[in-house]
Amino acid sequence: MAASSSSIDLSAALVLEPVAALDWLVILPVAWCIGIGAILMMVRHQGRLQPLIAVAALCVLVGLDSALLWHVAGEGPVTMVMGRWLPPFGIAFTVDLTGALFALVAAIVALAGAVAAITDIDASGRRYGFYPCLMLLMAGVSGAFLTGDIFNLYVWFEVLLISSFGLLVLGGERQQIDGAVKYGFLNLVATTLFLIATGYLYGIFGTLNMADIARKAPLLKETAPLVTLTALYLFAFGMKAAAFPVNFWLPASYHTPRIVVSALFAGLLTKVGVYALIRVLILLFPVERLALSPVLSVVAVLTMITGALGALAQSDTRRVLGYLVISGIGAMLAGLAVGGPDAIAGTIFYALHSMLVMTALYLAAGLAARTAGGFSLQTLGGIHHNHVLLSGVSLVLFFAVSGLPPFSGFWPKVILVKAALAGEHWWLAATVLLTGLLTLIVTGRVYLLAYWRPAGNAATDVPVALPATAFMPLLVLTALSIVIGLYPEPLLDLVRGAALTLDAPAAYLDSVFPQGGAP
Amino acid sequence: MNSLILRAATPFIVAVMVLFSVFVLLRGHNEPGGGFIGGLIAVAALSIYGIAFGVETVRRAIVFHPLAIAGAGLLLSTLSGLLSMFFHVPFMSGLWVYPVILGQEVPLSSVMSFDVGVYLVVVGAVTSIALSLEERGEE
Amino acid sequence: MIEALLSVLTGIFFAVAVYLLLSKFIIRMLLGVAILGNAVNLLIFTCGRIMREVPPVIGQGLDVPAGLTANPLPQALILTAIVISFSFFAFLLVLSWRAYGELKFDNTDAMRVAEPDDDTLPPLGY
Repeated sequence: MAASSSSIDLSAALVLEPVAALDWLVILPVAWCIGIGAILMMVRHQGRLQPLIAVAALCVLVGLDSALLWHVAGEGPVTMVMGRWLPPFGIAFTVDLTGALFALVAAIVALAGAVAAITDIDASGRRYGFYPCLMLLMAGVSGAFLTGDIFNLYVWFEVLLISSFGLLVLGGERQQIDGAVKYGFLNLVATTLFLIATGYLYGIFGTLNMADIARKAPLLKETAPLVTLTALYLFAFGMKAAAFPVNFWLPASYHTPRIVVSALFAGLLTKVGVYALIRVLILLFPVERLALSPVLSVVAVLTMITGALGALAQSDTRRVLGYLVISGIGAMLAGLAVGGPDAIAGTIFYALHSMLVMTALYLAAGLAARTAGGFSLQTLGGIHHNHVLLSGVSLVLFFAVSGLPPFSGFWPKVILVKAALAGEHWWLAATVLLTGLLTLIVTGRVYLLAYWRPAGNAATDVPVALPATAFMPLLVLTALSIVIGLYPEPLLDLVRGAALTLDAPAAYLDSVFPQGGAP
Repeated sequence: MNSLILRAATPFIVAVMVLFSVFVLLRGHNEPGGGFIGGLIAVAALSIYGIAFGVETVRRAIVFHPLAIAGAGLLLSTLSGLLSMFFHVPFMSGLWVYPVILGQEVPLSSVMSFDVGVYLVVVGAVTSIALSLEERGEE
Repeated sequence: MIEALLSVLTGIFFAVAVYLLLSKFIIRMLLGVAILGNAVNLLIFTCGRIMREVPPVIGQGLDVPAGLTANPLPQALILTAIVISFSFFAFLLVLSWRAYGELKFDNTDAMRVAEPDDDTLPPLGY
C-alpha cells in the first residue's frame, strides 16, 4: 500500500475516487450485524440487556435494509468493493433489487423472532448465546444476499451455518443433539459441494466475481463443461434449499430446537439456498439453466408433492410445518424451471411470502403449544374456545400458505401458474394447483383438530395468558401477509424489476464494471 | 496430567509460545504469518497450560471468558473495516499512520488492527472449544 | 503431468471421504469430514494451475514482484477453506462427543430420538 512510485498506474487496480456516502448502505447491514453480534458476545452474562440490544439493533437493521432497498430501487444495482481493489481483483458487494428485497424481509423476520424470543428463550438459552448467534446468523444471511462474489457467498453460507449450529443445540436436550448431528453433517456435505463447484468454476473462469462470470459465460459455453458445473451448483444449493431427493435433513431437525429457532430457520435458511439458486441459474448460467430445465421441473414437482404428502402424514404440528416449508420450496423451483422474467418474479415473490408466513406459522404453533400444552395433533384441542384471536390469526396464515386470496400466498401462485401455462409447462401449473389443494387439506385438518375440536380434558380448558411480546410479532407478520395480499402492486413492481435485472443483467454488470471493458 | 516434569517446564514453554505467537502476528504484515496462525499458537500454549494445571487455572489466567475475547476481537476487526468510512474510501481499505515513538517511526495501520482482531477471535473461539473438550476429559 | 497426478490423488481423497461418510458410525463420519476438507483444498489447488514459480511475496523495497510468481488466489481460497473446515470439524467433534455422552451410542441407525419409529399418524376425525 505504501506504493508511491510514479511508474505504476494505480487506477487500473484501485478505486481512487471517493465513495458516495449512500453506497455504504451496501456493506452496513453486514458490518452492523457482526459488530452487534460481537458486543453481545462480550455481554453474554447480562441476560436482561441482551434482548434490548438485539431488538434495537434489528430495528436499525430493518431501517438500513429499507434504505438500501429505496436506494437500489432508485439508482439501480449498487456496488462497493472491499479494500479499494477493483473487481474482479477484489471482493465486491453488489446489491440489486433481488438481494435488497430478500435482505429486507430477512431483517423483518429476524426482528419478529428476536421479539418473540424475549419470552420464549429463558435465561439459560440467553447464556448459551441465543442473541449473539441470531445477530451472526443475520450477518451471514445479509452477507449472502448482498455479496457479488461467489466465494464470498460461500463464506457467508458458512457463517450462517455455524451460527445456526449454535442456535440448534441451544439447551442441549437429547432430541436437539440428535437433530443437530443430522443437520450438521448433511449441511456440511452441501456446503462442501458448493465449495467443490466453486473450485471448478475458478478453474474454468479464473475469476470469482459474479458479474465477471456472467459476462464470460456466453464466450465459454462451447468449450467448457458449464452444464456439469451448473448441475453441481443445483445439487449443492438444492440440498441447502431442501429440494426433493436431498431434503431429509429438514424434517429430521427443524422440529427439535426452541420454536423461535425453528421459526427463524424456516424463514431464513432454506430461502438463502433458493436465493443462491436464483443467482447461479438465472444470472450466471441462463443458457445452462435451459438445458437443465427438465431436471428442475421433475425436482420441483417431486418436492411439491412429497412435501405436501409428508405434511399429511405427520401428527406433530412442527413437523407438518417442516414439510410445508419443503413443499413451498418446490413451488419456487417450479418458477426457476420455467424461466423468463415472469416466472422468476413469481419465484422471488413466493420466497418473500414464504419467509414471512412460515415464520409466522411456527410462531403460531409455539403459541398454540403454550395454550394447549403440546405439539401433537392427538392431544391438541380447544384453542379456538380459549383464544379466538390466536385461532383467527392461525386460520389466516393457513389460508395464506395454501395460496387462497386475499392473502400473500395467492399472488405468487397466480404468477407462477400463468408463467408455467405461457411456457407450456402445463403439468408444472397443475402441480402448483394440486399442491395448493393438498396444503389446504393439511392445514384444514390441523385447524379442525388442534383449534376447533373441544379440549379433551378439563385441565387444558383454562385459558393461558399469552404475553404481548410473544403475540405481537405474530400479529405483525400476519398483518404484512394480509397487506401484501390486498395491495400487492408495490411489491409486484419491485419483484418484476428484480426479475428483469436478473434476466437481462446489463445494469448489474454496469454497476460492477462502470467503464465496460472487454471480458 | 500430574507429571512433575511437565508442571515444571510448562510456565517457560507457555511464556515462549505466547511471545512467539505475538511475533508471528506482527510479522504477518509483510511476511508469512498473521493473526490466524498466531492465534493458533497462543491456543496451543493455553492448551498445554490446561493439560498441566487444569482448566480452571487457565480460565483464571486469561481473566475474561474466551468467548468475550472472541467478541472483542470481532468488534475490533469490524471497526477497523468501518474506519475507512470516515476517509471516503471503500470498506476495509488499509489506512496508515506513522507516529514517531521514542525517535523511531512506527508504521501502524488498520490492516494491523484487523489482524489483531483476527488473532483475538481465534484465541477466544478455539480456546473455548479446547477448554470445553478438556473439561469433559477431566470428568 | 503433476496436475494429472494431483487429480488422481484428489479423486482418491474424495473416494475415501465419501466411503467414510457413508458409514453409520459418527466417528468414521468425522474422519470422512476431515478428509473431505483436504480433498476440496487439493481440488482448488489443482484448479488454480500449478507452476514452478516463487511464492507470491513482494521483496523488500519493491512495489511489484520481481518476476513471475505462483498464483496467490487459490492459496487465499484454500486458507479460508481450511479455517472454515477446521472450525466445522471442531464443532462437529464437540457435538459428536456430546451425542455420545447423552445418547450413549454413536450408531446413526439407532439415532431415532428426534424421529421415533413409532410415530403415529394424525387422527382421522373426532
